Amino acid sequence: MVSSAFVDAFRFMPSHFSLLLEKAAQTAELAFAALAIALLIALPIGLWLGHRHRGLPLALGVSSLGRSLPSVVLIGLGIAILGVGFWNNALALVVLAVPPILTNTYFAVEGVDSDAVEAARGIGLTETQILTRVELPLGLPLLLAGLRIAAVFVIATATIAGIFGGGGLGDIMARQVTYGLGGVFAAAIWVAGLALLTAAALALVQRAASRRMAPRA
Amino acid sequence: MTAQRFADGPVIPNFGKPSACLRDNGWFCTDWIHEHWGDTLQPALIQHIQLTLIAVGIGFAISFALALVALRFGFLDPPLGVFTDFLYTIPSLALFQLLVPLSGVTVTTVEIALVSYTLFILYRNIVVGLRSVPPEVLESARGMGLTRRQTFLRVELPLAMPAILAGLRIAVVATISIATVAAFLIEDGLGAPIFAAIGTPDLFKTELVAAGGLAILLALTADALLTLAQRALTPWNRVR
Repeated sequence: MVSSAFVDAFRFMPSHFSLLLEKAAQTAELAFAALAIALLIALPIGLWLGHRHRGLPLALGVSSLGRSLPSVVLIGLGIAILGVGFWNNALALVVLAVPPILTNTYFAVEGVDSDAVEAARGIGLTETQILTRVELPLGLPLLLAGLRIAAVFVIATATIAGIFGGGGLGDIMARQVTYGLGGVFAAAIWVAGLALLTAAALALVQRAASRRMAPRA
Repeated sequence: MTAQRFADGPVIPNFGKPSACLRDNGWFCTDWIHEHWGDTLQPALIQHIQLTLIAVGIGFAISFALALVALRFGFLDPPLGVFTDFLYTIPSLALFQLLVPLSGVTVTTVEIALVSYTLFILYRNIVVGLRSVPPEVLESARGMGLTRRQTFLRVELPLAMPAILAGLRIAVVATISIATVAAFLIEDGLGAPIFAAIGTPDLFKTELVAAGGLAILLALTADALLTLAQRALTPWNRVR
């Protein structure tokens, strides 16, 4: 049984390659649009609060609330309030992606060595310059770690949105009657691949950033 | 799933006079919640708690064993870290599905997936916790004549406790949230009424809000309880 399901899946992949590609693109489009909007919202707030060393309860509260919200419930609420569609799903995903980005950005900036910040202030940098030239570069690895968590989370949830009519690879997974068990498995494998590739790409960026920011001996 | 639920019993009770709230598909019809607390919501809540406790319990045992192995044989830590990270990255819906050939459409499949998600958080936190014990402290413990075992139980473990408990808290809350996705595979836990509600032709709002609200409440309650436990078990760590 183990073999046959996967054999079917690997037979499905070449025969339905363009379908899988199209559906994967839909899932990725939804996930990355949501991620981009979440970044636009969470990044400035996290940077500013972290820079001012304010809003710790907010950062902690947002992160624990974000973890408690089941993605299925959020998708359901999105459909109940706004109906099925790209932007309503994107909105639900944004709500899920903001907490990890906000919290990690906050702690990334907040945790920057205060001596470095003091020194920057001492040589006459403005607050904005301190943020963009000292705190942001030094906090970048942690910030990117948050982005990676959010990206994985959003791809997983975009797939769930798909089984409720949101399109993408989740759509194939919800239609065993149409695509067969092989199709469902093939889609599941592609979902896993999409998440792993995204995470790997962000991990590489993260590693490059921490290498660049490492204190020179 | 939906069809079967309708066959079991009508969603709208008392066909003679359905409440105005239910007829309008209201957000929170208390009459439905009263009617179906016993046959839908409460069993789902109990199943959900069971799913979570089993997953975190097994996940903790595995993580603890892996962490001890990684501390003894340091070269195993990076690959174990990468492996648990890999498992954590696979989207839940895909993992549930991909495990089916291995263990069928069963609770076991769901538990394997849930356990594998807890490993990333628990393993990392246990390793970090145990590693954070300063070597001088270990030296003096040995100097006082404590055996290896006594050093571990009386010195290392208590000092690692804050990190371990923090990991446990995150793992429990995350598992409660991910376990709702399990209903894609089997009708178990709070995900079942949530999926059923979303699957109803015009989306049954009361059921979504009631079951979803229970899942969120469960997560927040677990979070609060574990925070209290954290404070009670590590009184020396209290900041304020």
